[in-house]
Amino acid sequence: MNPPVEIGLTHYLSLGAVMFVCGAVCMATKRNAIGILMGVELVLNGANINFVAFAAFNPAFDIEGQVFALFVIVLAAAEAAVALAIVLNFYNNHMTVDVDTAEELKG
Amino acid sequence: MMEFQAFLFYFVAILTGLCAIAVVVTQNIVRSAAWLMFALAGTSVIFFLLGADFVAATQLIVYVGGTLVLVVFGVMLTAQGPFISMKTGAVEWAMSTLVGLLLVGVLIGTIVRDPTWKDLPKPKPTEANQSFNSVALGESLLGVEEATPEARLTGTFDPRTAPRRTRMAYLLPFEIVSVHLLVVLIGAAYLARAKRRRGATP
Repeated sequence: MNPPVEIGLTHYLSLGAVMFVCGAVCMATKRNAIGILMGVELVLNGANINFVAFAAFNPAFDIEGQVFALFVIVLAAAEAAVALAIVLNFYNNHMTVDVDTAEELKG
Repeated sequence: MMEFQAFLFYFVAILTGLCAIAVVVTQNIVRSAAWLMFALAGTSVIFFLLGADFVAATQLIVYVGGTLVLVVFGVMLTAQGPFISMKTGAVEWAMSTLVGLLLVGVLIGTIVRDPTWKDLPKPKPTEANQSFNSVALGESLLGVEEATPEARLTGTFDPRTAPRRTRMAYLLPFEIVSVHLLVVLIGAAYLARAKRRRGATP
């Protein structure tokens, strides 16, 4: 393996893709509701890496990518707060955080 | 100089990727939260390497310092005996690993093969470029607009229009996000309030 000296956009996008897929697999496999929340955070971070990488490499979008990344960070914080509130409420009512048992809304 | 930057990128990127993978494969939810912290911190170092100082600092403060503490509190409040490590079945593991490998193969294959992204050069940091970052970000969020309409939203790298920058105003999304945060604050407090059991005396 001889790494090329110049780090291009491809490298950053690949890292973003790896984080995205890790988050997707995390969401699919975890049975703990908070584990699923961690998967969502990983997916959002992968998307954020893509935003900032495109902002750094494309001068036409140098401000847009960073602004979008900031909004994603803020919305992720909000989403984590609400999701944790729901999880804690579910835990108070059912004494479990296993999403496999959360089938009350099943039709 | 360039080689050092490449070494730094590979070091941080491999560490971040490994931490992200460790979040998935760890069965213990407490350890998973710790790996997530390292993955998020590594992402902020990646942002620093990309020259996005303000976003990187925000990532460290809001994500690692705020959101992750929230997640850790959620873990600690619900981590009782059987919920610390909940096993996933072998069939589920095999299926999701297969799907994940296919997905990452498709994504990276697309990224590597696309010719328009490959030779996009990283703009050399200039004097204007260095100081522009957080100032322009703040001006954009305050509604200062400095746009060259013909260059707006083309998305393609054109050397002739490269020095000209499109700065759009993001005052309205900024306001919407602040109202959204207020709504989330009220909603989360309402959802997670301590319910008093019926008939129980306080």
